[in-house]
Amino acid sequence: MAPKREERVLKMLSDQDKIFQNLHGFEDAFLEGAKKRGSWSNTKEILSKSQNDVIELVKSSQLRGRGGAGFSTGLKWSFMPKDTGKQHYLVVNADESEPGTCKDREIIRNDPHTLIEGCLIASYAIQATKCYIYIRGEYHHEYVQLEKAIAEAYDNKLIGKNACGSGYDFDLYVHRGAGAYICGEETALLESLEGKKGQPRLKPPFPAGAGLYGMPTTINNVESIAVVPTILRRGSDWFKSIGAENNTGTKVFCISGNVNNPCTVEEAMGIPLKELIEKHAGGVEGGWKNLKAIIPGGSSTPMLSKEVCETVLMNFDDLRNNGSGLGTAGVIVVNKNHDITQVIERFAHFYKHESCGQCTPCREGTGWMFRMMQKLVRGEISPEQLELLENVTKQIEGHTICALGDAAAWPIQGLIKNFKPELLKKYNQKRKAS
Amino acid sequence: MSKDSLINIKINNKEIQVDKNLTVMQACEIAGEEIPRFCYHDKLSIAGNCRMCLVEIEKAPKLVSSCTMPLMDGMSIITNSDKVKAGRKGVMEFLLINHPLDCPICDQGGECDLQDQAMYYGFDKSRYQENKRAVDNKNMGPLVNTIMTRCIHCTRCVRFATEVAGVPELGMLGRGENAEITTYLEQSITSELSGNVIDLCPVGALTSKPYQFKARPWELKRTDSIDIFDAVGSNIRIDSRAQEILRVTPRANDLINEEWITDKVRFNYDGYYQQRIDQPYIRKNGTLDPVTWSDAIKSLKQKLKNSKPLSLIGDQVDIETGYAIKKFMKNFGDNNVECRTDNQAIIQNNVESIRFNTPLTEIENADLIIIGGTNPRIEAPIINHKIFKAYNNFAEIFNIGENLDLNYPTHQLGEDLSNLNSEDLQKALKKSKNPLMIIGSGFLSNIQDVKTLKALFEFSYKNKIITEEKII
Amino acid sequence: MSGNHPGLSNNFIRSGEKFEWSKENLKEIKKIISKYPKERKQSAVMPLLYLAQEQNKNWVSIECIEAIADTLQMPKIRVTEVASFYSMYNSQPVGKNLIQVCRTSPCWLRGSDKITDTICKEAKCGINETSEDNLFTVVEVECLGACSNGPMIQINNDFYEDLDQESTKQIIENIKNNIPNKIGSQKGRKSSENA
Repeated sequence: MAPKREERVLKMLSDQDKIFQNLHGFEDAFLEGAKKRGSWSNTKEILSKSQNDVIELVKSSQLRGRGGAGFSTGLKWSFMPKDTGKQHYLVVNADESEPGTCKDREIIRNDPHTLIEGCLIASYAIQATKCYIYIRGEYHHEYVQLEKAIAEAYDNKLIGKNACGSGYDFDLYVHRGAGAYICGEETALLESLEGKKGQPRLKPPFPAGAGLYGMPTTINNVESIAVVPTILRRGSDWFKSIGAENNTGTKVFCISGNVNNPCTVEEAMGIPLKELIEKHAGGVEGGWKNLKAIIPGGSSTPMLSKEVCETVLMNFDDLRNNGSGLGTAGVIVVNKNHDITQVIERFAHFYKHESCGQCTPCREGTGWMFRMMQKLVRGEISPEQLELLENVTKQIEGHTICALGDAAAWPIQGLIKNFKPELLKKYNQKRKAS
Repeated sequence: MSKDSLINIKINNKEIQVDKNLTVMQACEIAGEEIPRFCYHDKLSIAGNCRMCLVEIEKAPKLVSSCTMPLMDGMSIITNSDKVKAGRKGVMEFLLINHPLDCPICDQGGECDLQDQAMYYGFDKSRYQENKRAVDNKNMGPLVNTIMTRCIHCTRCVRFATEVAGVPELGMLGRGENAEITTYLEQSITSELSGNVIDLCPVGALTSKPYQFKARPWELKRTDSIDIFDAVGSNIRIDSRAQEILRVTPRANDLINEEWITDKVRFNYDGYYQQRIDQPYIRKNGTLDPVTWSDAIKSLKQKLKNSKPLSLIGDQVDIETGYAIKKFMKNFGDNNVECRTDNQAIIQNNVESIRFNTPLTEIENADLIIIGGTNPRIEAPIINHKIFKAYNNFAEIFNIGENLDLNYPTHQLGEDLSNLNSEDLQKALKKSKNPLMIIGSGFLSNIQDVKTLKALFEFSYKNKIITEEKII
Repeated sequence: MSGNHPGLSNNFIRSGEKFEWSKENLKEIKKIISKYPKERKQSAVMPLLYLAQEQNKNWVSIECIEAIADTLQMPKIRVTEVASFYSMYNSQPVGKNLIQVCRTSPCWLRGSDKITDTICKEAKCGINETSEDNLFTVVEVECLGACSNGPMIQINNDFYEDLDQESTKQIIENIKNNIPNKIGSQKGRKSSENA
């Protein structure tokens, strides 16, 4: 059983409980260093468990996907059909593009063997003998590191034919993206991998039934896969002992924006937001009282007011209960020296820029929202138009093929929800001035 | 439809039994509920991108696009709730914000899906105060006119070019609000079916160049007819105003042309007005003098009295007319009628030797197709489309004769029929369960070729291409 | 040059020069194609676009697109679609150093605007423009995924992080003088640790 909420809050993550011992690259990122950190130590033994056992262990650790949606990783694996005789695929989503997020980058460049070993184990669990890692195109340095680590793994027979002497054949390839946020959406990623435009597919069918090349496919985030070897090594009870029920384990948080020391850090799931910022990021620029709002989980998650930030815990459920989400755990801090509408206007530009253009509400709506946000920044949005803006976000939300439409709508909804009086004041001031 | 493929669902709280392999949209249609749509088209793959066909499904948190959603037993579908109406209204508004609304000068006006559906499902006024997007028009050749600012990115044309015409030359470039439909480097579409994108386009982005600014649909008189420019018999509709034919469009007939017609029949009507013989002439001393019809018939009557006439019937004469001529010629004793103006070989008294034998709908079910002495892409593009369908169903296609670009790859077997005995073909024939052979006039253009034709028949009987049960 | 981001234009142009795969690239292509199932050669279109771009002085011409379509037996329009969809394939020639400045909120909150200004001033060209000496092309881009190290820029393949106006100026200066730059954090951080 995971400890109760109160006990957990007080407990800081100790160094030996960190899964990514080389998150910041102070040690050797490659095989020798990785082995010292425990990677590859008993992979053969892990692979001697039945595939079902591996899935059950991951399930019981209550690991939830680290890519944003927070779906149970073990459960996702269990959706894969068994013994189909078809080629199964594992696809790892390393298209880290959500503004505010830079965690997978550190894992890939500084601790790539956790990921490679995770790929092998996860593939084994879902009967995939081939795995593709889809890495965003801009991460060139990270791509080179990863390729080097994979070559090492092949040379040392850790992967490839008879991986780790387990009798399991496993091939791992890296595929580079080329600058499209939407390819982080799992089915768009598959399209891109198949050599097409990254436009999300219609669901159903779901990838577990018909994914890459029409074959059963599981798509997981880098962090979700990279923590698996450690979970299997140290046991799901250990993983569960960190965090709260259904919000277990450690999590890599990225803190950016107006803090004194922006950083990425691995912490216990459910660390209080305020503690995360004060302890690891050196606090808000200008002090906590200078805090305007925090976007807790990457650009798509609605912002939290200062009031909520005081107490909210950084886990899936608590953030959801506070009208936001953990997302990718990319914490973006905004202080009072900056115009919060401009922060959201830039996000609106981002979504307009990254909409794939396939379905109507997103293609047309993101541009509309961005243009109205521009007006909002200039103080030219009347109360009626503000209502219209909110209405437009609702017209996009839930009506699109993929979640990008929702992701574009939520930040604006969060802004209006938290700062409506201020937005209206802006309009009145501007009117008076002219 | 077998009994166990039926499931019970509810549509707007009415119980209904439908085939489980249908989509939600198809089920709604059966139940008589109209679902608005732009991107969905019966004959094309499902894109689900316009989002106009949103419906509510009980227990689903979001509205779902009905064209993509498979049915499930016990599903309860709602198409008329406020949530659905609001969803459609929203999508409609998004479609219109960047649409120029230039209906008064748009050729699609009056038969525009966007116009119609905006009336039923949209807002009555625009709330959009920003600038509209403008898109450069694309060159798509002499037949298809483009006004791309009107495009709503349904991708029907892209899917048509790829899936039906077999010419993957259209695509959507770019992304987001900058996405544009274009042909590769703005070249013309190299398909004999290209005009169909005009009918497919639900808005006025792709319209007919020859028909541009000619008429409004409600001014046109519609006459159902049949395409006589090839032997397929596509169903067409001729739209005319007063004495003038203004355009030709397809009528759907799933047994023949589905919903497509060739560019030839769609655009040839201008030939009716230029360089036509529109009155009788009589040759006198080497020059043609115009005469009245009654003078011409009088003169003809005279001439026929003491002569032995021969009647040649051209390729584009329909059977009824041909029969009338034949009957008329009986007056002169001999059966002096000939319709093979190119001297084509036929086996007399053998109907099988002159007709297609295979129903057109069966072409796509063949697993081996031998094309000999014909270019179906030019001679009958609709047939070529059906062969393309068979190809997509993994049929093997062999071609004997000239090397052809048919929009799908073929095994080229050489120039003449001696290649029928090639090892590759024999092997394929052995494997094949449903072979088909199409022989064109290329091999039969001489009356002497009757021998060839007979040999071909022997070949087809021997290889079970023609069997007793296959003959209609 | 037009005012478009070179990676997001729908108009590809001919270079007027023949494009043929180099020997090394032909070998590389074989290797790339072998990563994907036999009948799924199309998957190699993105890596091949990278290869072509690299060989063609950092931009993709129509000649490149046609070579790729030919190599992978794909319709040309499909290759064009892919090339136009992704922002990292340049449809026009760019300067020797393609400078991409991250403009998204996390970097903006830490002063990316000033970085853009500094770069434009130092490189002597506007946004989406190429400098006269053809040394720089400057573009503003969306989040490059190094948010804890903002503000940051990418020059060709390399990230330069934790920038301020001073260090940015130095980087541009060094390029002009052919002095190699230190990649990564300009404030002495190893990566994104709490410093």
